[in-house]
Formats: sequence, C-alpha cells, structure tokens
Amino acid sequence: MAGFDKVVTSYADAMHGLEDNMTIIAGGFGLCGIPEGLIAEVKRMGTKGLTVVSNNCGVDGFGLGVLLEDKQIKKMVSSYVGENALFEKQLLNGELEVELTPQGTLAEKMRAGGAGIPAFYTATGFGTPVGEGKESRQFNGRDYILEEAITGDFAIVKAWKADRYGNCMYRHTAMNFNPMAATAGKITVVEVEEIVEVGELEPSQIHTPGIYVDRVIQGSFEKRIERLVTSKGV
Amino acid sequence: MALSRDQIAMRVAQEFKDGNYVNLGIGIPTLAANYVPKHIQVMLQSENGLLGMGPYPTEEQVDADMINAGKETVTAAAGASIFNSAESFAMIRGGHVDFTVLGAFEVDVSGSIASWMIPGKLIKGMGGAMDLVAGAKNIIVTMTHADKHGNSKLLSACTLPLTGVSCITRIITDLAVLEVKDKAFHLRERAPGVSIEEIIEKTAGKLVIDGDIPEMTIT
Repeated sequence: MAGFDKVVTSYADAMHGLEDNMTIIAGGFGLCGIPEGLIAEVKRMGTKGLTVVSNNCGVDGFGLGVLLEDKQIKKMVSSYVGENALFEKQLLNGELEVELTPQGTLAEKMRAGGAGIPAFYTATGFGTPVGEGKESRQFNGRDYILEEAITGDFAIVKAWKADRYGNCMYRHTAMNFNPMAATAGKITVVEVEEIVEVGELEPSQIHTPGIYVDRVIQGSFEKRIERLVTSKGV
Repeated sequence: MALSRDQIAMRVAQEFKDGNYVNLGIGIPTLAANYVPKHIQVMLQSENGLLGMGPYPTEEQVDADMINAGKETVTAAAGASIFNSAESFAMIRGGHVDFTVLGAFEVDVSGSIASWMIPGKLIKGMGGAMDLVAGAKNIIVTMTHADKHGNSKLLSACTLPLTGVSCITRIITDLAVLEVKDKAFHLRERAPGVSIEEIIEKTAGKLVIDGDIPEMTIT
C-alpha cells in the first residue's frame, strides 16, 4: 500500500503518461528553479506537439531550450523569450507558435487554473495587443480584460525539499512560478534536491501542500547561472 | 548638456521618498538604486519574487537560487522577503508598490506607453512591464528625449503597440522632467545648460511651459 507516498525512483516513472500534443506547465524563472531532470526526460521521450506554459523557454542547450532541438514544442506560452537563438529561428520559420502573456497574468492564470477559477478580470493588457479580442468590462470606472485560467496535463516543478507525501519547500528565488505550476497540473511531478521523511518538515513552513503533488523524484541539478554578476562587476 | 544615463538615474532617485517600495526596470532604472539619497530608506522589489533586493553578491556569496528579474545573481538585504510569482504580482497589481521606473520607446500626451514591441523586429515579450504599468501608484518613465535619428519619443499618440493606456504621469529624459496631464506634457525642469528651445524642438506632442523652468539639480 503506497498510501500517500508519492516518491518514484525513475524519470520514466516520473513522466509516465506524457503523450504527444499534451500541455506541460513548467516552473522556473530563466534558468532558476527549473526541473532539469524532468525536462531531460521529456527530451529523451521525444514527445512532440507539446504546448509548454512557462515564463521563459530556457537558453540554447539548457533548460526548456533543449526541447526545441528536436522540435518537440508546438506552442510556448511565456512572458519573455528573448534568450534563445533556436527559439527565434523556429518562430520566424513558423515551426513554433508563441503566446506572449504578461508575467503577472501568466502567474495568475496558473493560480486560477489550480484553484478552480475559470477566468479573472485584470487591468493588465487593456488597450494593448494582449487585450485584443478579449472581453472587457468596467469596474469602478476602470477597464479590465477577462483572462482565462490555464491547466496542464502535466506540471513539472522544481523544489528544494519534499517529504514522501509531496509536501514541498522551495529555496530563495528558485520558488518563482513553481508553487502555481504545482497546483495546475492534472499530474504534478516535483523534482527535488532532497527527499526527507514524513514529519521532518515543519507544517507551517510548507509552501506546496502534498495534496497538489502526484509524484516526487530525487533529482540532481547543475543549477546553471544565466547572468553571473558580482559586486566586483560582470 | 544632455544628461548621461547615470545622471538621469540620479535625477530619478530624487523622486523616492523615505519608506517607498520601488520596482526598477532593466537599464537606466536599475542604475537609480545606486543614487538613493543616504538619509532615506527604500526597498527594491524584483518581480521574480524578492522584496528587499540587496547588492550584487561577492564571489563567495553567489547562489544560483538567488537572482533578480534581470536573471542576474543578487543578494537579499536585511529585512527582505521572498515569495512566489503570483504573490509578487499581487503586490504590483494590488497597488502596493509605490513607484515603478521603466524605460520606453514612446510616451504620448495621454500617458500611454509603448515599450515592448516594434513590428517587424523580433518580439521577445513584455515580461512584467504590462502588469507594472497597470498596477503601480506612480510610474516614472526614463528614456532619451529623442531617438538616435533625432525623432521625438514624446508624441501626440504612440505609434507602436502599447504596453499600457493612460498610466504614465512623469517622464525623466536626458533633457527634461515632464509631467503628463490634461493631454499634454508639462515641462517642470530642464537639464543643466539645455535650452527651452531644444526641448520644444524635440517634443512632438503638446508641450505646456508655465513660467520659468528651473534647471535640474544633479548631485
């Protein structure tokens, strides 16, 4: 009886059930707090036609950028995608579609998706290309647009520590989109730096309660730094 | 003389008040952090989920899990807090951030801003800029008054796709400080040694000049 034990021991088990044309929601901001091993597994599986919802699309050769190499991504939903030459090429070729979404709206779309809220009004994007074709409404004299929630077939998340029940903690700004992503997947897989026994994590310090999590896998992380800047200069 | 990037940043920093929470965009706005007056405290918000951004790390302090919204390694100041992206934008959209400073391609007399997309050029995305201009209480735009071909960036109506509608109230350029209200740019200060005539010449949208316009104090 597995009970609440969510731990899986292979990446194949972690991503089992991923099929062509599915939607994956991925945590991370740039290369910070990304589920490196789960992304590598999606590349190994060769799954095609994916819609990937993530703030960015990695860089050439690292992060979600590796999924571009074999043209596995059909559509990206992101707020900023400028760090990636292959992305640019596939976009200009028409091989890749991109839905640019304001960063706060993207976070809220995931949060709403996980919380069972189908849509929400926001002032962000009113009167801009983002608002075109969307329903708008005034509240207290201000204009808002209706934005729909996002859910995914899979959510892939990077956490610092998780217990076997899937209760997660994040470290520093590697938190970013991960807690929202975790709530919005039909199957949520968390790759962690350290799996601890149940009871070791202080309940009030849990960022993502295990109820949102389906699978936990022990990862190993390169943690590549995108822009190393020190107080002595770049 | 037109102001340098650092001088624009110095003038921006004079806008901050003690106890302000401030979000600084990439470029000139980021430089303003270096010139916060010594006698006041401001706390910097970085929209990837950090309130209380500290200086860049020493080599020993570098931590891949600690970055700012420009994806640069950074530190947390004493009294900082770290949170998720939805929380970060709740602060921004909820109007809790006192000041946002960001760059722009164009601003018009109604306070609309274009800063993220030039048709025909590669579009990288708006990041958090649309959320910031829709949410912050005070938004300052920093930019050069005219582009490198001499074309004004202060227009009757923006020509590029917008980042936000009627949201900008203050502009600090290399030539002037301007307030945006009543469908016009109101000239408040000019850069040291810059003539009113030059500002008039480089402002395409309606410009209102009331009385004597003082020179900025840049220190």
